[in-house]
Amino acid sequence: MCLAIPARIISIEEDKATVDFGGVTRVISLALLPDTAVGDYVLVHTGYAIQKVDRDEAEKTLDLWREILSTEDKTNP
Amino acid sequence: MEDSFENMDPLQIGEDYRDKELAGKAARRIRELASDEKQTYKFMHVCGTHEYTITHSGLREILPPNVKVIAGPGCPVCVTPPEDIALAITIAKQPNVLITTFGDMMRVPATGWGSLNSARARGAKVQVVYSMMDAIEAARNNPDLEVVHFAIGFETTTPPTAVELLAGPPENFSVIVSHRVIPPAQELLLKSGEVALNGFILPGHVCTVTGMRPYMPISEKWKVPQVVAGFEPLDVLLGLVMLLTQVNEGRAEVENEYTRAVSLEGNVRAQEIVAQVFQTADARWRAIGSIPESGLTLRSEFASFDVREHVSVEIEPPKFEVPPGCRCGEVLRGVIGPRECPLFGKKCTPQQPVGPCMVGQEGTCAIVYGALALKSES
Repeated sequence: MCLAIPARIISIEEDKATVDFGGVTRVISLALLPDTAVGDYVLVHTGYAIQKVDRDEAEKTLDLWREILSTEDKTNP
Repeated sequence: MEDSFENMDPLQIGEDYRDKELAGKAARRIRELASDEKQTYKFMHVCGTHEYTITHSGLREILPPNVKVIAGPGCPVCVTPPEDIALAITIAKQPNVLITTFGDMMRVPATGWGSLNSARARGAKVQVVYSMMDAIEAARNNPDLEVVHFAIGFETTTPPTAVELLAGPPENFSVIVSHRVIPPAQELLLKSGEVALNGFILPGHVCTVTGMRPYMPISEKWKVPQVVAGFEPLDVLLGLVMLLTQVNEGRAEVENEYTRAVSLEGNVRAQEIVAQVFQTADARWRAIGSIPESGLTLRSEFASFDVREHVSVEIEPPKFEVPPGCRCGEVLRGVIGPRECPLFGKKCTPQQPVGPCMVGQEGTCAIVYGALALKSES
């Protein structure tokens, strides 16, 4: 139920968008997330875009984790 | 690199989060952080999709024995009270009524009533929908029928219900509102003290809508760390690193691992739409009981969409929350795991579910049963 699937916006018409779920296209509602543009990645839940997926943020966070987890553990003596 | 992102397969978007080397490092860090074997760490997640990730990736098997991840009441169809299911079934049996609902709701039994699925087999008009938009469409396509949408689900699923009611659905459309909000259920579990918890893995998709603020009073009041996590195995591992770090440092904060989709504020527009249409009220959670301010009811301006304004119906509420012997309540509260229930895999299977936890994609028992079945096949 609370599953949300990432999709890329191909085109926008009023409050609807055609999105690509990795080969499968579908029309979804943008009523809950109007501030979007073609090319954006969004999370889609039961046919409604609920949030954008920020790829840059994903990269940045992972780089940070790579750094954190590469350093020696400081909790052990 | 930019170009390759633009044409990237959206299903690959979590691909970086399948970095096995990094997952290995995260698992190692978890072992380091939990190296004091005398200390037990028990974390609860409250999302069926997290249970799916954790069970199917075999994540529990790589955690040290003193780090436990348990499932809480994160399955919306499981916590939907049986009287609401009985109401939906009763309405579905009336002439000139069509019930719409999500697939998982179809097979959840209410003791003594059967399920919407069994009602449909006996001639009741019930249609599975993927989206609230499909429910509205069904009302447009069937002007001679009263179309009643059985609206269930947590904070992720409520905004679509609200947005369509706000947009003005057809006159022959109404709803059974059975939406629930998560934080009051967490509070109840903490208050009961039935399970000693060291922290919560917060539901990433719920938090895309709610943001992180609704959880902060819980961390403050109960001194319990909480981390919003995504749904790749690595997301959960990183979430656990963050939780263990908080516990070891004596902190109790709301932190965010799922930064690519969750912000502090969340989807403010969705929150506003929900607040326009609904108000919170005390509500019952199946096999858990009544939880203050954990449900939603329509505000008076939208009361005309309440099913009881459209269809006159009286029901005798089911006498049992779950059938005798079924321990779904304890599973939902994180007191026992599915395999501790004597019915699990014997009398109760996904094909013949006795209790609600054995139904659907998010029922804890159904997920664990599915993973065991896959294992025995290979």
